[in-house]
Amino acid sequence: MPTSAPPHPSGENRPWRSVDQAMQRHDYRPDALIETLHAAQDAFGYLDGETLAYIAAKLRLPPAKVFGVATFYNHFSHKPKGEHTLVVCTGTACHVKGTDRVLAWVRDRYGLLPGETTADNRLSLVEVRCVGACALAPVILTDGDVIGKRGVEETTAVIEEWLHHAP
Amino acid sequence: MHRDELRRRAAEHRLHLEGFAHHLLVCSSLGCAHNDALITALRRSVAERGMESRVLIRKTGCMGLCALGPLVAVQPEGWLYQHVRPEDADVVVASLGQQPSEQLLVPPDLPFFARQHKNVLALSGRIDPESLDDYLAAGGYAGLFAALDMRPAEVIRRIQESGLRGRGGAGYPTGLKWATVAKARGARKYIICNADEGDPGAFMDRSILESTPHAVLEGMIIAAYAVGACQGYIYVRAEYPLAVHRLKLAIRQAERHNLLGHAICGLNLDLAIQIRLGAGAFVCGEETALIESVEGRRGIPRPRPPYPAEKGLWGYPTLINNVETYANVGPIIDRGSRWFAALGTEASKGTKVFALTGKIVHTGLIEVPMGTTLREIVFDIGGGIPDGHGFKAVQTGGPSGGCIPAEHLDAPVSYESLSELGSIMGSGGMIVMDDTSSMIDIVKYFIEFCMDESCGKCIPCRVGTAQIHRLLTAFQERTATEADLAQLEMLCDLVKNTSLCGLGQSAPNPVLSTLRYFRQEYLDRISESRQPEDRP
Amino acid sequence: MSEPILTLVVDGLQVSGLASETILKVARENDIAIPTLCWLEGLSSLGACRLCMVEIEGSPKLHPACVTPIQEGMVVATRSERLHRYRKAIVELLFSERNHICAVCVANGHCELQDLAVQLGVDHIRFPGRSPQLAVDASHARFVLDHNRCVLCMRCVRVCGEIEGAHTWDVKNRGIRSLIVADFETPWGLSETCTGCGKCVQVCPTGALFEKGRPVAETHKKRPFLPYLMANRAREHR
Repeated sequence: MPTSAPPHPSGENRPWRSVDQAMQRHDYRPDALIETLHAAQDAFGYLDGETLAYIAAKLRLPPAKVFGVATFYNHFSHKPKGEHTLVVCTGTACHVKGTDRVLAWVRDRYGLLPGETTADNRLSLVEVRCVGACALAPVILTDGDVIGKRGVEETTAVIEEWLHHAP
Repeated sequence: MHRDELRRRAAEHRLHLEGFAHHLLVCSSLGCAHNDALITALRRSVAERGMESRVLIRKTGCMGLCALGPLVAVQPEGWLYQHVRPEDADVVVASLGQQPSEQLLVPPDLPFFARQHKNVLALSGRIDPESLDDYLAAGGYAGLFAALDMRPAEVIRRIQESGLRGRGGAGYPTGLKWATVAKARGARKYIICNADEGDPGAFMDRSILESTPHAVLEGMIIAAYAVGACQGYIYVRAEYPLAVHRLKLAIRQAERHNLLGHAICGLNLDLAIQIRLGAGAFVCGEETALIESVEGRRGIPRPRPPYPAEKGLWGYPTLINNVETYANVGPIIDRGSRWFAALGTEASKGTKVFALTGKIVHTGLIEVPMGTTLREIVFDIGGGIPDGHGFKAVQTGGPSGGCIPAEHLDAPVSYESLSELGSIMGSGGMIVMDDTSSMIDIVKYFIEFCMDESCGKCIPCRVGTAQIHRLLTAFQERTATEADLAQLEMLCDLVKNTSLCGLGQSAPNPVLSTLRYFRQEYLDRISESRQPEDRP
Repeated sequence: MSEPILTLVVDGLQVSGLASETILKVARENDIAIPTLCWLEGLSSLGACRLCMVEIEGSPKLHPACVTPIQEGMVVATRSERLHRYRKAIVELLFSERNHICAVCVANGHCELQDLAVQLGVDHIRFPGRSPQLAVDASHARFVLDHNRCVLCMRCVRVCGEIEGAHTWDVKNRGIRSLIVADFETPWGLSETCTGCGKCVQVCPTGALFEKGRPVAETHKKRPFLPYLMANRAREHR
């Protein structure tokens, strides 16, 4: 494992600063790893090999350990997202109120399974385990906007409408 | 800042608040999202009438009745307006000092409110979560101020006498946990707040953090004082950005006003609190896995003993309680153990917050004394089942709990009675299912959840849940046989009794409870199965 | 202050041990065999495979012998109908998880999973195999990693981190999707951290890690090297 801190990987225009700050804040201690992965995902949208290698070297952690942590937690994504992101909540209340049918509709309509992005990079589908808005079930998030309290048909109509008008 | 200064500050802020003839409280929790436009509209309407000096508009936390949101409360009139849109702003403001708007008013005698007993949620929806002054003026931190006049052992004794039990699910006596950590020997000690609300269908902790973040900090500071800890962590889900934002703000405010940091309130007490973001792993609700995660590792549970109380974070004695448990601490110290112990049942004291969701009219957040019956919760507070359907079951405890049928609706909610019924109290998720819901479907949902969330360390949980999932799929697809039913029961017994941690040990609970109360559904699926020769 | 010596009963036999010792250690010293898989002398104990679970009088729960310290007056049963039933089912679960076909496995005849199956009388697997399609990493010059035979006992991860100090191995994903990986899921042969020491191969209980080019009859692994290595190290450090 390389012992000297590597220069920032390619893509100098990437906002590495927030990643560095997260590590600095924790004094480059090993327990900074998860906080740093959060910072990197917030900055880049996902974690690629280059990012993981950079963090491993800076925190002086074994590569396998960093990779193991980054793949253990659901929140970390390893693929870039499309232009728009549809999040479907699959918490229990949302399941009971039919988000499984919303997911089936997205699969049929856009050919997307959770975790995938359309070929034209327009839409990514993300499944989350409960955003805590159970009283509004079924809940979806269109580019971060919480949409709830609608039936399955109405929800799918909202999705279609949103994508139609989205830039 | 010393306590007297903070008390003076509280009194001044109270005077400031009393200077307004009307308060418009606007729910700004996740459940009533998109209220910025509403607040802007209310402000404009107030300004147009030149009422700025008489009407105060405040953002508050959750008012509970999410089903009717966005909600606006009018004080001191005591009105609650429902489904308020920005275009209703004029109607709301015009009603001040007059008659309430009939079209917006929630009936004041709604059993949803009348049957509740708010202790943890007392200030939720009544104060601005982002204002320390609001919390102080409403009597916040009084518990801490009182605790600082006691010896640590005295604080622990009060918690023990109150009978408070852990609100995270297992119901371990809180005072006993504190006493163990206080006694444990270690060069330093830690306290952790478990805010990794993992039950997919529950939002008690999110709501408390979004509505009264200082109440959680207050409980933690009292706990740190009692057990002798000087560093605290709040392990909170990254999926709760608003809760994280408000917690960060509250920590900064507390630091600035000397409620955290060095020499708290001018006394010999130091405590720093940091936030650690969870990253989507249900197993991290388990204490030892949570500790691994705070240390920056994969959230894999360790065998217990040693318990975190003796050997926790970085090998030091560590106290872990959940959000609602900490939120109960301030009021107990402030109002006394006897006050708390008078609420609830013999073995389950106090109140419990539940997230009431699913096929029920009034979805939302409620708080009731322990011992309240499920029937009261579902039919009185919850308003029953919508769309003319019948009640089928109520699920408590999430993936670790069970489905309770109609014949047990008169059971009181307490740790003991729910566990006798094959479910658990859990953290407070309560999902109501109507007669259109399939028990096999919900159980398969939970097992799929546990299979995905299993850390993979121990074999029974890792492979056992996958095999149970395969069997339930067969039931769902109507290809199951009687042998499959026998194997399902065998596997549930195995996973329950041999798994390493609570996730695996309780993963079969949803299956076992439905086998107990809804066995016929499994048998029906078997008889509906096609004969082997018909299969492709 | 010397460590107290405690006495207890294991399978009806009066035995004694140091307060810090586990039930497994004391049992083994007294020739009482408890089935194990993830446990290996010289590595930290995980309590993960659940095969060493024993009954303790007065406790309704089962306890993993490898991580449970002994207590004065403890009465332990290492075998019972219930324990046998559970152990057998756990081994069957392992067989159903991946692709364990002894007849075509390099470890046939020297496999701890196979030995356990024989010991516990597993003659057929009641659970359908999940038969995942898993890769074989043969990129290393001398060794091979075959995920199809892996039981996720973590011996390789532990020996590499705790003894060799390289931490080449860790786990990708979690639960049923867990997979042993080197570095950033790097092909083993290209790993920058692997020292090629081969300790992982020696401790692997199955045919998941093996040396290239050895006939089946010669795939004996040198598992007892760890206690020797550790004792020697302690002497050298003195």
